[in-house]
Amino acid sequence: MNKLTSRIDKERLFLGLAAPVLAVVAALVVTAMVILATGKNPGPAFNDMLTYGFASDSQVYILNKATTYYLAGVSVAIGFRMNLFNIGVDGQYRLAAFFAAVLGGALTVPGWLAVPLILICAMATGALWAAIAGILKVTRGVSEVISTIMLNSIATAIIAYLLQPGKLAQLQQGGTVVATKPLPSSSHFFGINTGPAGDLWGFIFVAVAVGIAYWFVLGRTRFGYDLRTVGQSESAAAASGVSVKKMIATSMIISGAVAGLIGMPTLLNDSYQFSSDFPTGIGFTGIAIALLGRNNPIGIALGALLWGFLERTTNHLEFQGYDKEILGVIQGVIVLCVVIAYEVVRRYGLKRQQQKVGAELAAQAAATTKKQEVA
Amino acid sequence: MKILYGMQQPDEGTITVGGEQVVLSNPGDAIARGIGMVHQHFMLADNLTVLENVVLGAEKLYGIGGKARAKIKEISDAYGLNVRPDVLVEELGVADRQRVEILKVLYRGAKTLILDEPTAVLVPQEVDALFDNLRELKAEGLTVIFISHKLGEVLSVADEITVIRRGTTVGTAEPSKTTTKQLAEMMVGSELPTPETTESTVTDVPMLKVDGLHLGQTDLEGIERIVLDQISFTIHKGEVLGIAGVEGNGQSELVEAIMGMRDPDAGVITLDDADISHAPTRRRRESGIGYIPEDRHRHGLLLEAPLWENRILGHVTEKPNSKGGLLDIKAARADTERIVEAYDVRTPGIEVTAASLSGGNQQKLIVGREMSHNPKLLIAAHPTRGVDVGAQAAIWDYIREARREGLAVLLISADLDELIGLSDTLRVMYRGRLVADADPATITPEELGSAMTGAATGHLEHTEDDER
Repeated sequence: MNKLTSRIDKERLFLGLAAPVLAVVAALVVTAMVILATGKNPGPAFNDMLTYGFASDSQVYILNKATTYYLAGVSVAIGFRMNLFNIGVDGQYRLAAFFAAVLGGALTVPGWLAVPLILICAMATGALWAAIAGILKVTRGVSEVISTIMLNSIATAIIAYLLQPGKLAQLQQGGTVVATKPLPSSSHFFGINTGPAGDLWGFIFVAVAVGIAYWFVLGRTRFGYDLRTVGQSESAAAASGVSVKKMIATSMIISGAVAGLIGMPTLLNDSYQFSSDFPTGIGFTGIAIALLGRNNPIGIALGALLWGFLERTTNHLEFQGYDKEILGVIQGVIVLCVVIAYEVVRRYGLKRQQQKVGAELAAQAAATTKKQEVA
Repeated sequence: MKILYGMQQPDEGTITVGGEQVVLSNPGDAIARGIGMVHQHFMLADNLTVLENVVLGAEKLYGIGGKARAKIKEISDAYGLNVRPDVLVEELGVADRQRVEILKVLYRGAKTLILDEPTAVLVPQEVDALFDNLRELKAEGLTVIFISHKLGEVLSVADEITVIRRGTTVGTAEPSKTTTKQLAEMMVGSELPTPETTESTVTDVPMLKVDGLHLGQTDLEGIERIVLDQISFTIHKGEVLGIAGVEGNGQSELVEAIMGMRDPDAGVITLDDADISHAPTRRRRESGIGYIPEDRHRHGLLLEAPLWENRILGHVTEKPNSKGGLLDIKAARADTERIVEAYDVRTPGIEVTAASLSGGNQQKLIVGREMSHNPKLLIAAHPTRGVDVGAQAAIWDYIREARREGLAVLLISADLDELIGLSDTLRVMYRGRLVADADPATITPEELGSAMTGAATGHLEHTEDDER
């Protein structure tokens, strides 16, 4: 009997890996065809991506990018585990990064106090912004998809209004860039100097910690069990004693708090200020990465690394005479394929398991009757 | 039934339609052969009109316009179905919806109609109207297969009765020469396990007291409907209180109110001298309510989760599932193994998903789980529905055993034999009220049935001529 369960487990692992691998392979095939269609040879392009992507400076760049993406993926995944589609991660992190930057610029306390304060401010802002959508959903039944899209637009407007000289921002000396007051150097997050390859952002350790916390809370705590229950079946969760509404609001708030961290690696390790060219759209990247990583903490990490890799290498392709829009093609196809592949693999797995259990039971039954006959 | 409609494949045997042997590999085949099925649960889109619902999926037959409307009118008039094509389905009552379902099947050219428990949701007048419709269909030369566990109905509408018990035909009968009693004997048989309990274990210590429970619900049109009205009863330790009633008369809501999934407008629920009227579900579970839900897929299981996670469901705060705020996965797994063993859940292991077990084994897992936390009160809603005969007998045994040990049980079932056999006290629920009570030692299913349709109220006495 043990043998069978372990076999099912192995098979489950295999099926779990099959979907993303299939998706990535399909995406490569489609991309190759697109490159062919533009009249160029895909072979050297992939070759260039590989060699360039594994150069040491690329590796640092990819890890830094992936840090941000990982946080975005986890933030979205928390919602997904609850069957909540938090599209608002985008607005949440931008608003959070903005206010955290304003606070960081204004703080004059030493760094060991300033950095935690900035992080708390960011998480609180993200959580509050997400809470609006959560509360609207549980009290008025507003779909979180709609409300978070709206909140994204409102966040954009708020930032645009406050990011003006005389409000919460200032014109940089001699420059044309409007930005918040830069963080004092004591509030910078530590980085690891890797020599000519550049600085590895220290925030990667925070991202790893968030990943471990995500795994532990969801998989090992009562709270996480309740959350997953609601995600799997709201009716069963209610019958089992989970307050579904409270859970929706809570998970939305947690998702928002993690979203608040998304802008922090950039703010604390790179830009040290929030300006009009602060990266946008990472919330949506997070959706793709959470999908790719199956809401699994390690899967999300792989997805984030893949995204960083693709961005780095397709940028470089431009210099080789290829079109940089290939990035969009690859990413888009991967997400599409992933969604399809997961559903196909999930159904196949369920059906296969049912058949297996049936066969196993029939074999057991046959064995017992035989035994009885002998006896 | 599922085989006839092509949803399942037979292992052996043949099906002959109109003298021709056929293989039905999917519902499409069945429809092509003129077999149509009216499901117990309606499959209609509320936000479409009757016309749209009928043509949905059969657009090729008569289009979606005037021709389809004319055809619907024609069928409706021919069989006296009285269907209005342009009304939204959400505005229709249950009986009208059922007629739309029948029309849907006829529209697709069915010559043989399968009706699966069509009267479960109808009130008596509606049942009569349905029977009139069925007689019209019969008169027009159609074949009707009417599946029901209500003997009186079968006798009044059928021309020939086949009794199926546990998957085999036990006999056929002619309604004119058969009484409900003979039919019941054929249905139940003597060699099969019966739900009978032997000695009474009722004590005079009240466990659950429900007093003046009232629950209103506002429907889509904003009209307040009373779902539960003045419900009062007491279950003592060691007592099984059975509630009979046609489904949809407030039983589910009563259970949900006791479980805390619905908040009653008025009334008091007391469990073991503690007022739990408005306590959250989790606290009620922790204080000793075990719950075998009516719909195990919706309320009792996480279908895509492994068995050991399902073992935690509903008892996540209790031992052995957790310690403090953390799950104790090792202990939960070990205990799942124990339940699988003790309750004879047939499974190759505890890692398989709940969905891959058969209905009976899923139910045994639920019963095992609920019994593992020493409940004071067990709410068993249709505990043996959709469960094979072996599991059924086992589940009855567990309930009986727990009752001996002082458990109070609220039993809700559509199986009147189960109710009469297991219960110490019987109440009948009709339109959200407890309208009658009866002594299970003397009452017959027919007498209960008359109260379930609202025809009889008060204390039901067994009388020899079966008339009151």
